[in-house]
Amino acid sequence: MSLDQWHHIGSIALLCTGLYIVISRDNLVKKMMGLNIFQVAVIFFYVTMGKVTGGTAPIIPADAHGHEVLYSNPIPHVLMLTAIVVGVATTALGLSLIVRIQEAYGTAEEDEIVRLDLEEIG
Amino acid sequence: MIQSNMPALIIVTPMLVAPILVFVRHRIVARVLAIATAWWCFYLAVSMAGVAQDTPIAYDMGGWEAPLGIAYTVDAFSSLLLLIVSGIASVVLPFGPGSALLAIPEGKNNLFYASFLMCMAGLMGIAITGDLFNVFVFLEISSLASYTLIAMGKSRRALMAAFSYLVMGTIGGTFTLLGIGMVYQLTGTLNMADIAQRLPDVIDSPATRVALALIVVGGSIKLAVFPLHQWLPNAYTYAPSAVSAFLAATGTKVSYYVIVRGIFTLFGVSFVFGTLHLERLLVPLALLAMFVGSTAAIFQTDLKRLLAYSSIAQIGYMVLGLAMANQAGLTGGIVHLANHAVIKGGLFLVVACITYRMHTSKIDELGGLAQRMPLTAAAWLVGGLGMIGVPTTAGFISKWYLVMGAIDRGWYGIAFAILLSSLLAVVYVWRVVEVFYFREASDKSNLEAPADMLVPTWFLIAMTIVFGLYTPWSAGLASKAAALLLAAS
Repeated sequence: MSLDQWHHIGSIALLCTGLYIVISRDNLVKKMMGLNIFQVAVIFFYVTMGKVTGGTAPIIPADAHGHEVLYSNPIPHVLMLTAIVVGVATTALGLSLIVRIQEAYGTAEEDEIVRLDLEEIG
Repeated sequence: MIQSNMPALIIVTPMLVAPILVFVRHRIVARVLAIATAWWCFYLAVSMAGVAQDTPIAYDMGGWEAPLGIAYTVDAFSSLLLLIVSGIASVVLPFGPGSALLAIPEGKNNLFYASFLMCMAGLMGIAITGDLFNVFVFLEISSLASYTLIAMGKSRRALMAAFSYLVMGTIGGTFTLLGIGMVYQLTGTLNMADIAQRLPDVIDSPATRVALALIVVGGSIKLAVFPLHQWLPNAYTYAPSAVSAFLAATGTKVSYYVIVRGIFTLFGVSFVFGTLHLERLLVPLALLAMFVGSTAAIFQTDLKRLLAYSSIAQIGYMVLGLAMANQAGLTGGIVHLANHAVIKGGLFLVVACITYRMHTSKIDELGGLAQRMPLTAAAWLVGGLGMIGVPTTAGFISKWYLVMGAIDRGWYGIAFAILLSSLLAVVYVWRVVEVFYFREASDKSNLEAPADMLVPTWFLIAMTIVFGLYTPWSAGLASKAAALLLAAS
């Protein structure tokens, strides 16, 4: 394992952290946070993918006049703009569901909710 | 003008109508607008299927050509999906004044229709796009809309079901996104046709395997392949009935499409089944799904939950079909996708009729239903026969192809397992039929569902017979799709 792939290791570490939080926490808000970290890991993966060593921002300067300009690949960044929007939408929807769950059950702890559901069945 | 832009219109129309609906407070106007949109999409799907089943339609979004712009491609497989999604939506939206609306506060119906159309647009988008990143975007559009739809259920458990689905769905979607990222890094393109050409050069790279694993696992979570099915029973049970009917018929089917496209079009059969032997994983899981799902269905006390577990079993059949990777097997998997959509959509509508009148879907409280709701009970019987796979019903056609596929592969034990698991379906369907027909109702007054619920229900139920006898639009299209998928890889 060479260190020039540190960014992959970083994103996988984030990915696992997020997934672990989603699985291990009972509090729904914490689950949402875990899910966010999980998504950020993939965003991190894409953004680092676009980097070209020595490359600048992908804007051709006015004085380039046909010179070759080495620039980073902008496509993964653009893709991630969409993914971030998706992530924001998911978080917003998830949090508003949690608000409704809190109103309906009086708690946002998953084990409590499971217990209340079981009591309802009797 | 309309003719040449059909692939764009079928996606753009519901997407434009949905935000308009948010501002249309009038109940009937909103409803008519939504139904009209669904029918318009179905019309477009039918017109495209006529052409696309023989020659795929290629369309460049906004006039930008493929590597730069986003290409839409409609071939036999995608047109089948478009037909199913828009067709089921066209039947479910006009369904009754009741079930869909009961669960939602008066005056908010327009939001239901808006979410419904967004969900439909997302599902059709997945089927039509030729761009891998677009698949992810549409997947999330349809998922976000379906979480909203499920949360509209009457019981407070609908909220928790929607939340669990949101967590699972997002994990699945994010896995898919990571897989897509790796494919992009390997090939430098997101256009599916280009990826299919370039992937063979890097097929030995470990990253290719990881990408395949991520896409298949991500898709399997959304498809609810056993043992990743945990979100499904609650989501289908607590969602409003019309939503269960729509999602059960279309939501998982589109995930199946993603997996099949990934395996056959992008990575290729020779790599996935020849080198990696993915069937050694998929076949046991499919068999487990068939038996565990059906057995669980037998022990359910709630009709909707019974249908949800039966869906898990039916997904097993579809996965089995794709794992066979031969003409008959893949045709069986794909045609079962269509047939199951019709059968399960119909049966969920039957349950919607029952809950509308009886205010319960508990099987024990529905004794003698045939005396009170004769047409609804008869619809369960016919749909149930389709689910079992009795000859002259749609279910028989799919199982016939699946058994043929298994025999072609020399998997005789699996051919036998398909028949054996059908017997389990007999048990759970017949258990309900027995309650409906052979028990005395305490109150015998007629409670038949209103005509605007019965007509859509019986329409889908009748289609299970039609697709059992007349198959060019189901098995015909599926077999063309399978041939195309197998030829490409």
